[in-house]
Amino acid sequence: MTRHGGVAAPSGHRGDLLGLSGRLTAGWQDSDQAARLSGHLDRYGPPPQHGSGRAGTLIDAVTQAGLTGRGGAGFPTGVKMRSVASRRGRAVVVANGMESEPASEKDKALLARAPHLVLDGAVLAATSIGAGTVHLCVPRSRQWLMTIAADAVAERERAGFDPVKIEVHGLPQHYVSSEETSIVRWLNGGDARPTAVPPRPFEKGVGQRPTLLDNVETLAHIALIARFGPAWYRQAGLADAPGTMLTTVSGAVQAPGVYEIEVGTPIADVLAMSGASPEAGSLLIGGYFGTWHDRQDVAGLAMASTGLRPVGASPGAGVLVVLPPDACGLGETARVLAWLAGQGAGQCGPCVFGLPAIADDFAQLASGRPRGPALDRLDRRLSTVFGRGACRHPDGAVRLARSALAAFATDVKSHVSRRVCVSARTGQQPRPGGVLPIPGPTDREIWR
Amino acid sequence: MKHRLAVNPIACTGHGICAEMLPELIGLDEWGYPILAERDVPHELAALSRRAVRLCPTLALRLEASNAERRVPTGGDRGADRTARPR
Repeated sequence: MTRHGGVAAPSGHRGDLLGLSGRLTAGWQDSDQAARLSGHLDRYGPPPQHGSGRAGTLIDAVTQAGLTGRGGAGFPTGVKMRSVASRRGRAVVVANGMESEPASEKDKALLARAPHLVLDGAVLAATSIGAGTVHLCVPRSRQWLMTIAADAVAERERAGFDPVKIEVHGLPQHYVSSEETSIVRWLNGGDARPTAVPPRPFEKGVGQRPTLLDNVETLAHIALIARFGPAWYRQAGLADAPGTMLTTVSGAVQAPGVYEIEVGTPIADVLAMSGASPEAGSLLIGGYFGTWHDRQDVAGLAMASTGLRPVGASPGAGVLVVLPPDACGLGETARVLAWLAGQGAGQCGPCVFGLPAIADDFAQLASGRPRGPALDRLDRRLSTVFGRGACRHPDGAVRLARSALAAFATDVKSHVSRRVCVSARTGQQPRPGGVLPIPGPTDREIWR
Repeated sequence: MKHRLAVNPIACTGHGICAEMLPELIGLDEWGYPILAERDVPHELAALSRRAVRLCPTLALRLEASNAERRVPTGGDRGADRTARPR
């Protein structure tokens, strides 16, 4: 079930910085196999000397490079590293490869092609903050990916490559299990469900130790910054959002897949390189916690948190879905909301009761059969639920629902008053089956 | 020092005792879970707030210093712009 087959060769970016055709994706088009350690070292050269007593220099380099987290939150990575390093006690590093976002493929693709780049970054980060252990976490349902990761770790162990221990873990797969506190809780012997904060992982994480938890793509960038320096890193991207990023493009495009783009690439360029349907009018930016937009409103904007902020969007984990012209945005959103309602951790009342109620309101709206004042009720519930969970699961669902109501406002009116879907512009019913992928059922009782 | 009410949403099971004791600062949503006023506890309600905290059956309600919000690292997967609303 290797789903990284859609990885496309990146184009239209200054990829020859390394004399190669990409940074993270260098060599991907030549092979669909995971790079072996020797091939990885041929491609990128050896990482700088581990534990050479220059602790702090990598933190400085990452800070100067302006790297931000690629898991969706976009927090400055250097600041996070320094926060962990300044705490008392031996630190721990966690590489988050859980990627529970259904519309994202990039972390799977990265780990499947360049596992050693991720592991280099994790080990370099560990030595820079004084950590002795790296935990690489992937969903246990992706057995093929766990095998790739375990093989890569075994290869490094045989070569005596790393000064720190690396452990690969398979966690239960739920949408909220990729949340950082879920991972820490699981590594501490508990459920892969979010905990109330504070304390945050950087204060008290794995084994009560200060814990640096980073997305696997973030760690891969660290591996490159350690080798080539912050000035090189900043040769790509924007001054206030430097470097490259992996982005997953899907929906009404000719070449869906994972692309490495410069941070801040105009959305129109990303649509062009993936061959987006010219008739498609709406985009989902940032994934299932993201926002819907009219294509014309965002085509000129930069794929970067700074560039998207004016329209209330965020790249999230680099997700872009092009809504086919014959699909109904309200129907798509209703399907996702129903799925999100069932993907909560079942811990916080406002989420347990609020999300199913919101999903139900939305479904009534999408089907054109509202019971009572569904729109007012939905609006009130969206306000009520936001910000009242231990994690951001309810907030993400609310953001998606609100953006759909705004982006498809005309459709809302016609669904409610005329009970027809005008987004099926060809005059037919919206396409059956839906566009946005809804993962199959997971065992909701298994959190350990 | 100024204080603000906070709730651990995982521990809270919606008994609603807090809202009965402190309707000035705590309302309930349609499912019976508390919605806290986003303002400091006024002096005249300080004693009653401490009592509500003590009487919460699941120890979910607490009082915290109202300047406790700081910009701290957040992370994990997904979730756009988590730093926009520190907690």
